[in-house]
Amino acid sequence: MATVALELPRKRTSAIPRSIRRDPPLVRWGLTLLALLALGVFIVLPLVAVFVQAFAKGLPVYLAAIREPDTLSAIRLSLLAAGVSVPLNLVFGVAAAWTIAKFQFKGKSLLVTLIDIPFAVSPVVSGLIFVLIFGAQGWFGSWLIDHDIRIVFAVPGIILATTFVTFPFVARELIPLMQSQGSDEEEAALTLGATGWQMFFKITLPNIKWGLLYGVVLCTARALGEFGAVSVVSGHIRGQTNTLPLHVEILYNEYNYSGAFAVASLLSVIAVITLTLKKFLEWKTKEGASK
Amino acid sequence: MSLPFKKPSILPGFWPAFSYTILYLSLIVLIPLSAVFLKSVTSTWSHLWRVVTSPEVVASYRLSFGASLVAGMISVVVGFLVAWVLVRYQFPGKALADALVDLPFALPTAVAGIALTSLYTENGWLGRYLAPLGIKVAFTPLGVVVALTFIGLPFVVRAVQPVLADADAELEEAAASLGANRWQVFRLVIFPIVRPALLTGFALAFARALGEYGSVIFIAGNMPMKTEITPLLIVTKLEQYDYAGATAIAAVMLTASFLLLLAINALERRTRKFMTMG
Amino acid sequence: MSIEISRIRKSYGAFEALQDVSLRIEKGELVALLGPSGSGKTTLLRIIAGLEIPDSGSISLNDEDATNSTARERQVGFVFQHYALFRHLTVAENVAFGLRLRPRATRPSEQDIRERVRKLLDLIQLDWLGDRYPNQLSGGQRQRVALARALAVEPRVLLLDEPFGALDAKVRKELRRWLRRLHDDLHIASVFVTHDQEEALEVADRVAIMDHGKIVQMGTPAEVYDNPASAFVYQFLGDVNLFHGRAESAETSVSYVRPYELEITPQAETAHGAVLAKVRHIAAAGPAVRLELLREDTGHALEAEITRDRYRQLRLSIGDTVGVTPRNIRVFAK
Repeated sequence: MATVALELPRKRTSAIPRSIRRDPPLVRWGLTLLALLALGVFIVLPLVAVFVQAFAKGLPVYLAAIREPDTLSAIRLSLLAAGVSVPLNLVFGVAAAWTIAKFQFKGKSLLVTLIDIPFAVSPVVSGLIFVLIFGAQGWFGSWLIDHDIRIVFAVPGIILATTFVTFPFVARELIPLMQSQGSDEEEAALTLGATGWQMFFKITLPNIKWGLLYGVVLCTARALGEFGAVSVVSGHIRGQTNTLPLHVEILYNEYNYSGAFAVASLLSVIAVITLTLKKFLEWKTKEGASK
Repeated sequence: MSLPFKKPSILPGFWPAFSYTILYLSLIVLIPLSAVFLKSVTSTWSHLWRVVTSPEVVASYRLSFGASLVAGMISVVVGFLVAWVLVRYQFPGKALADALVDLPFALPTAVAGIALTSLYTENGWLGRYLAPLGIKVAFTPLGVVVALTFIGLPFVVRAVQPVLADADAELEEAAASLGANRWQVFRLVIFPIVRPALLTGFALAFARALGEYGSVIFIAGNMPMKTEITPLLIVTKLEQYDYAGATAIAAVMLTASFLLLLAINALERRTRKFMTMG
Repeated sequence: MSIEISRIRKSYGAFEALQDVSLRIEKGELVALLGPSGSGKTTLLRIIAGLEIPDSGSISLNDEDATNSTARERQVGFVFQHYALFRHLTVAENVAFGLRLRPRATRPSEQDIRERVRKLLDLIQLDWLGDRYPNQLSGGQRQRVALARALAVEPRVLLLDEPFGALDAKVRKELRRWLRRLHDDLHIASVFVTHDQEEALEVADRVAIMDHGKIVQMGTPAEVYDNPASAFVYQFLGDVNLFHGRAESAETSVSYVRPYELEITPQAETAHGAVLAKVRHIAAAGPAVRLELLREDTGHALEAEITRDRYRQLRLSIGDTVGVTPRNIRVFAK
């Protein structure tokens, strides 16, 4: 039998700047410094300010602010809202991406646009719509009052608003990823005798896992940090309907700056973790995508 | 001939996945959103018109629209610069700088709001140097612009970055070989390639800025007629139990958002077409 | 296992990919579907595999109707053009995939699976790559892994979509001979799609030539090459010259001649019936010498291919006038 020579296909490397495209050093360094300055002033400085202000009165004050019962209950509520909305949007995101990326049907681009709506709607309006439906003067208002069910200005409203605001994240991540992967591997699995579920769990899911995780990270970060929408549907009752961002607002408006920034620092840490995970997962998806 | 709704495919699961997608989309997004429009038709048109054209509300449109426009333009300039540096140059800490660009996406808006306010008040880290120059940022329209720039910047960077990275080096080399100088290459080759992406980035930043709430309300000071943004007026009306008024303003905002969403989709389609053309 | 395709139609919107295609492939046969891109050959292959659903017509496998059975029920081995290897699985796991999926009752033991995978990796001469991932392999290696994966489930027919399309010239030649031998050992019906006539003529028992969604000719390589059914087939199977004699009816028919079927003679010895032409270019490297000629009577360009010996005999140089006599003209109705 013939033996076939080993030859790995070479990747095209375009990262190396070629001489004509290279700017003179003065321009390079000037623009780099300018860009870093802009990033520093607009983005880094606010982040640093949060931590400096949080510890301005020393560690004991910081820890006391975190350990306060109202803060702890805000943490619990934020985690609850994220814990419900993220899995819901995860299942939706996979279903929507499967539909959109793997099939051709009429009205597909309209569907993609509709999925993006929550990104385009002001957070305040996102909260308002649930007040209009479930509030005292809303569609179901009197029925809910009769049956003594509270949705807005209570925990269910917060969960609903959070779900609305974080609705597109997973789908948005998965649709382009699954489109770029095509359907060849799924078809190969079917010709090898896989059932629909075997194909999904053994081929599709492993292929999208990093992108899926990336979507979940973004979704969770937004769920924990949402302010406007939740602010509208929350009753602002300390210890009961306050999420972490709302608690920051209350403390701030009470001129308890060190407390407000202490709680804000928790959210900032989550943001920094999100960014780190995002970088890592981006790298992983890229690694998985390059065949 | 009429085409069927769906092209036949041997992949399983279309109908369950499609039905679930439509059901969930309707329950969480479409039906709740329709409430705004259905609710606003329950009051009289003249009343609605009075609400959305009252001086206070019109002043808020002017601020929200104007500040978003200015912030969007600043984001375009700064965002293009940052994207250019991140794509074209090598420097220590580049990966960190690249990661930090996304901070405004990840940082809760309320946190951004109080952090920016503390920086720009008269004794803040930045405010104390600006005050002697007669520049007041916190509790003025300028403060609103600063907050909206913070929010909008990553949209532009992330829209431009991939386009700039994918731009074919050979195009520039071809232009240079035809005798174009550096500036001409930039103006005649590179800029036309990234222009659609810049426009998309601007539209995304602008759309987000129009509806932004958390990062603005702290630094704006919320003085009636001067520094009240439109979303704040919705909240104020709700707090006064003026549901009809809040809904009317929300309907105006939603209409603006939808128009922007359509514009952005059209722009993105054009960008993609532009990128695949080469 | 035989494959019987009858009266298959398939269209995508207004585009008719397949128009009433029928074809029978016997057990042990290796058939090539040959045609230019857009001729419908890949669509036909995917319909046989159950990856595409025909608008009408039927398919039988082993004389049993399989028109409505799914890809998984048909038990065909399909090798994808871009291999479609599972990127998150190793080579050995890829090959074992189809076996591990089976319900417990029909699944071989883990030990048997491993043994079968080892044998298949031996067969494709890649036993040392079992633990690698697809992105660590070369194109030719991926191709063979894809083949091993398809063979692992002991398919009743083997279908290959442009099996050598993405490989470079040297690798393709070696792999196609290897495929031929493999097919002979397996003794199942195999169908492969290609746009390369040399590949089809060299490897296949029979060739089905497709154009615009139809099979325009079907036969052994010698049959289709020697007796092309149409001008399209003739042109598609090799280089051609449009050649008009003197007394022809150019309105109703076209005449062709292959470059090596042109006799070249020195001007002085030109026989009756020959046309005169001027030598414009000579490509003298390679096993045969190619001449670019310009007919003096019509001004048309001609391409001729002569042996090196003949070339030396003639002592040609650019600008010479020579006599050209076609040995074998094909006339097709327009």
